[in-house]
Amino acid sequence: MTKQHANWSPYDNNGGTCVAIAGSDYCVIAADTRMSTGYSILTRDYSKIHKLADKAVLSSSGFQADVKALQKVLKSRHLVYQHQHNKQMSCPAMAQLLSNTLYFKRFFPYYAFNVLGGLDEQGKGCVFTYDAVGSYEKVGYSAQGSGSTLIMPFLDNQLKSPSPLLLPAQDAITPLSEPEAVDLVKTVFASATERDIYTGDKLEIMILKADGIRTEVMDLRKD
Amino acid sequence: MFRNQYDTDVTTWSPTGRLFQVEYAMEAVKQGSAAIGLRSRSHVVLACVNKAQSELSSHQKKIFKVDDHIGVAIAGLTADGRVLSRYMRSEAINHSFTYESPLPVGRLVVHLADKAQVCTQRSWKRPYGVGLLVGGLDESGAHLYYNCPSGNYFEYQAFAIGSRSQAAKTYLERRFESFGDSSKEDLIKDAILAVRETLQGETLKSSLCTVSVLGVGEPFHFLDQETIQKVIDTFEKVPEEEEGEAGEGEAEAAPAEQGGDGGGAGDQDVAPMEM
Repeated sequence: MTKQHANWSPYDNNGGTCVAIAGSDYCVIAADTRMSTGYSILTRDYSKIHKLADKAVLSSSGFQADVKALQKVLKSRHLVYQHQHNKQMSCPAMAQLLSNTLYFKRFFPYYAFNVLGGLDEQGKGCVFTYDAVGSYEKVGYSAQGSGSTLIMPFLDNQLKSPSPLLLPAQDAITPLSEPEAVDLVKTVFASATERDIYTGDKLEIMILKADGIRTEVMDLRKD
Repeated sequence: MFRNQYDTDVTTWSPTGRLFQVEYAMEAVKQGSAAIGLRSRSHVVLACVNKAQSELSSHQKKIFKVDDHIGVAIAGLTADGRVLSRYMRSEAINHSFTYESPLPVGRLVVHLADKAQVCTQRSWKRPYGVGLLVGGLDESGAHLYYNCPSGNYFEYQAFAIGSRSQAAKTYLERRFESFGDSSKEDLIKDAILAVRETLQGETLKSSLCTVSVLGVGEPFHFLDQETIQKVIDTFEKVPEEEEGEAGEGEAEAAPAEQGGDGGGAGDQDVAPMEM
């Protein structure tokens, strides 16, 4: 008598890719706007980028219903923080909060693959990359989602991450200028769109700097 | 109010049908420093008097942001007020989370009132010793409510609570009929004038009062000292300036803004207004 397996799954994968790159005084967070299920497209116009605080922006691929729920929880927790501390959460603080929130559901996880980008307390760009249950790391750049396997090797090649085994620890903040980083993002997404069926339609880019947030939208292949 | 044998327990009725502990809790509200609220059709202003214990200490926080669209001013036991503010913030956040829309003010005050009522019917509790002026904006317009320790709540066009609040109430009673159509600036001015009434002769300075505003298209925020001082200057003659400063009596009598502008434009006769 074999074990009976569920005839439905609480999860679905809505596809899509998210990328973030940290610079010396900026952070670029980008994601495509295609939302799919199976081999169908649900919409070509869905934003996967969400501003959590003035200096922290979250981009998540995976199951968008879980992503939405996760964003709501973080937004409420941020409000509580603001009431208690009279200021916005910093990006590193938000990074820890996100990790804790994800682990809280260790045994029924949020099916969300997150990249958190923003500016740290010194105004330098920072990117945090996560798995579904909250394991996270501060990095100079990251890609998550269906196109991440196509994009990450290329970013490794271009942004030359120093070995994490070297001491003293060097952070991988790219010396690239902001326009160069935005251009790199557009290039990687154009390439990923070619070979990943779940990535395409439009590319949304958010650029975070000390004086504010700027958004750019670029068209991608729609096939 | 005199001590009697029915006032020890909040769960003991007096023969005349009163709960003395609850009434004593309302007395605590009257002892706190004044808090004032007024509303127009589109805005709500909350103001309070900041009295520090001594020159060395900072003053107590008496106005709290509950959400972008709701603020609360308290009078009485400020510790109780702080705890209730935290409860209100939590209610607002939970409502927002569940319904993706701002908590209507009327619902919030009912939750608060029910919470207060519980403390009047449990022998191991005591009533909250704080009165709350809850001001907020929702789909049905701008509202101002007063929540008592008794668990009652009332809606007001304008109200004042705390010590010497009667003076402010008298001022507000004279003027409240015009508040509905008041501009934001006029409403703020009336609030500060009402605060002045409670000071009873003491010079009104911006350091003595805290003012907060919320309204249509304007989330809850505090006014900074400079803005408050500018409003005070429009109606208050500053006594120290009349005595000193090159004896330019005519310049001092004019409103502060004109004096400041005149000084800047190279008019050497006008002494600069130092605050």
